[in-house]
Amino acid sequence: MSAMVELRGVTKRFGGFTAVNDVSQQIVGGEFLTLLGPSGCGKTTLLRLIAGFETPTAGSVWIDGEDVTHLPPYRRPVNQVFQSYALFPHLTVAENVGFGLRMKQVGKAEAAARVGEALALVSLTGLETRRPHQLSGGQRQRVALARALVCRPKVLLLDEPLSALDAKLRRAMQLELKRLQRQLGITFVFVTHDQEEALTMSDRIAIVNDGRIEQLGTAHEIYHRPATRFAADFVGEANLLEARLLLQDADCVHVAVTGGLELTLPLAAWPAGASVALIAMRPEKVHVSKLKSPADFPAGAANIFEARIEEEIFQGATDFLVLLTAAGTRLSAVVANESALGDIFHAGDRVSCGLHADDLVIVPAE
Amino acid sequence: MPATPTASPRWRFPSGIRLLDLSLTGWTALVMVFLYLPIVVLVAYSFNSSRLNIVWESFTFAWYQHVWENGPLLRAAQNSLVIACVSTVISVLLGTSGAWLLHRYRFRGARSLQTLVAVPMVMPEILMGISLLILFATAGRGLGFATVIIGHVTFSFPFVLVAVQARLKGLDPAMEEAALDLGATPLQAFTLVIVPCLRPAIVAGALMAFTLSWDELIVTFFTTSAASATLPIRVFGMAKVGLNPMLNALSAIFIVATAGFVVFSNYLKKLSR
Repeated sequence: MSAMVELRGVTKRFGGFTAVNDVSQQIVGGEFLTLLGPSGCGKTTLLRLIAGFETPTAGSVWIDGEDVTHLPPYRRPVNQVFQSYALFPHLTVAENVGFGLRMKQVGKAEAAARVGEALALVSLTGLETRRPHQLSGGQRQRVALARALVCRPKVLLLDEPLSALDAKLRRAMQLELKRLQRQLGITFVFVTHDQEEALTMSDRIAIVNDGRIEQLGTAHEIYHRPATRFAADFVGEANLLEARLLLQDADCVHVAVTGGLELTLPLAAWPAGASVALIAMRPEKVHVSKLKSPADFPAGAANIFEARIEEEIFQGATDFLVLLTAAGTRLSAVVANESALGDIFHAGDRVSCGLHADDLVIVPAE
Repeated sequence: MPATPTASPRWRFPSGIRLLDLSLTGWTALVMVFLYLPIVVLVAYSFNSSRLNIVWESFTFAWYQHVWENGPLLRAAQNSLVIACVSTVISVLLGTSGAWLLHRYRFRGARSLQTLVAVPMVMPEILMGISLLILFATAGRGLGFATVIIGHVTFSFPFVLVAVQARLKGLDPAMEEAALDLGATPLQAFTLVIVPCLRPAIVAGALMAFTLSWDELIVTFFTTSAASATLPIRVFGMAKVGLNPMLNALSAIFIVATAGFVVFSNYLKKLSR
C-alpha cells in the first residue's frame, strides 16, 4: 500500500501556541481516515495543512509522492468540504458545482456532463437552478460534497461536515458518505469530534490530542484496545481504574484498583516491571446478573464480585447502571433491556458481577 | 387576577395609552410637516409666475423653461454628473480593494491606516478644501476636472470602504478558502466570489459616494476652475445674487430626481437579496 498523503515531522505553531506537534503520518490511498479529537486538539489544523491553507512551521507534506509543502491550495490535488459548506450565495447549484471545473478551464460540454454526474451522485438532480438559500441544510451539504467531488480530487478533506445537521439526517449522511467513498475509491480524510461518527464511518481512526496523534488504528482497535488513557476516555464510555500490583504469579498478576476491588489479570497484559497501571473497561463488558452464590459460577471463573446498584438510568435499548462493589469500587455498566418483563435491575438491588480478563485493557500509567 | 370591584373606573388605564398614542401621532405628524412643508412650498412656488417667493400670482411652467434654456446651468449639471460618476467609480475601486486589504492581510501599520482612512469622513470640509488647494498649488497643478475628482474621491471613498468592511466582517472566511480550494487564484477568488458577496455593500457605498459628490459645495469651491464648475457651485453663485423662482424649478427637478434615485436604489437592494 502506498501513502496518498504523508506528513513528515509536521509542526505548526501560531505565535506561542503549538497546534500540531511533530506529526509523522501516512494516509493510505483509498482509505477513510478520521481525525478524531476534542475541539482545539489540532485536528482541523492538520486538515488545513493538507489542504494548503496553512504552511507548516517545520516538516513537509506530501501528496501522492509529491512534496506540496509550499504549494498554494489552488495547485493541490485535494478538495475540501467545509463545516459551513461555504457555498457561493450568488451562484446556482449547478454553477457552484461547476466552479472548480471553470477554474480548471474544462470545456463547457464536458463540464456540464460532469456537473450532472456529480449532482446525480448526491441525488440532487433537478435542483440545478436553485440558489443555496433555497435549499435545506442537508441539500446544501450535498451540494458542497458534489462541488468538491466533481474536481476528482486525489484526497477529499471533510471538516466536520455533518455537525450542522440534525441527528437523523446526520445518521443518513454518515452512511451515504461511506457508500460514496467505497464507490469512488477516493481517499477521505474526515475531521470530527464525534466519536460515534468516527466509529461508524472510518477504516482507520487517528486519535488527536494536544497536537499529536495518540493512537491510530481501526475502529475495533481504538474501541477495544485503547493505547492511552486519553483514547480510552475519549472514545466511548470507559471505566478508568488505577491499578496497583499486589502479587505476581507464574502466569497472572493480582492487582487492587481504585476503591479496593481486587482483580486478576494475565501476566502478559501487565506492563513488564510496572507497579501501577491503568485499567480501562467498557461498561458493556461488565457482566451483571441476579445475585448468585459463588457455587453457581463456572469453575475457575475469576474476577467475580458482588455489588449494589446505586443508580439505574433507563436509556431505551439499554439500562445504565452505577455499581458500588462490596470493596468500595464504583463502576458503570450497561445492560441490554431485553424485555419489559424480564431481568430488570433496580437501584438498591444486590447483584453479581463478572469481568472477563480479556476485556480489561491495560494502559500504561503516564 | 380576579376582578375586584373598585371605585376607580376601568377606562382610565386604556385612556392613558390612547392619550400616548394620540400625542405620538401628533408629534410624528409635526416632524413630517417640519421636514416636508418647506419642500412642498418650494415646489409649489416653482409654478408661480411672480418673481417673488411670497405672493402667488398664477400658474406657469416658465421657470422650468428658463432652467432648460440656461446654458451655463446645464453645463454645470453635466459637469456635476461627470464628476459624480467618475469619482464614484474611483471611490468604489479604492474603497473595496482597501477594505479587502485591511480585512484580509495583517501587516504593520494596518491600524494606523484604518484610522487615517476614517479621518476624511470627520475632517471639516473647509479644511480639506484649503489643504487640497495648497497641495495642488504647490504641485503646480492647474485646477479643473481632475482636481475636483481627486477632492471628491478623498472624502467619498472612506464611506465605500467602511460599508464594505462591515459586510466583510460578516462574511464566512471559508468563502475565500473554498474558492482557492476549487482552483481559483487569489485574484479570481476575490473577483469571482468575494466581490459578488459584497455587492450590496458596494452598491450602498457607491450610492453614498455618488450623492456626496453630487451635492458637494465646499471642497469643490476650492478645487474647481470656471470650466469645471459643478451645479452646486453655479446655484450657490446664483443664490448670492438673489433668490429666483428658477432655483425653485431646479430644486423641484432635483427632488424628483433624488426620489427616483432612492426608489431605484431600493429596487437594487431588493434585487441583491
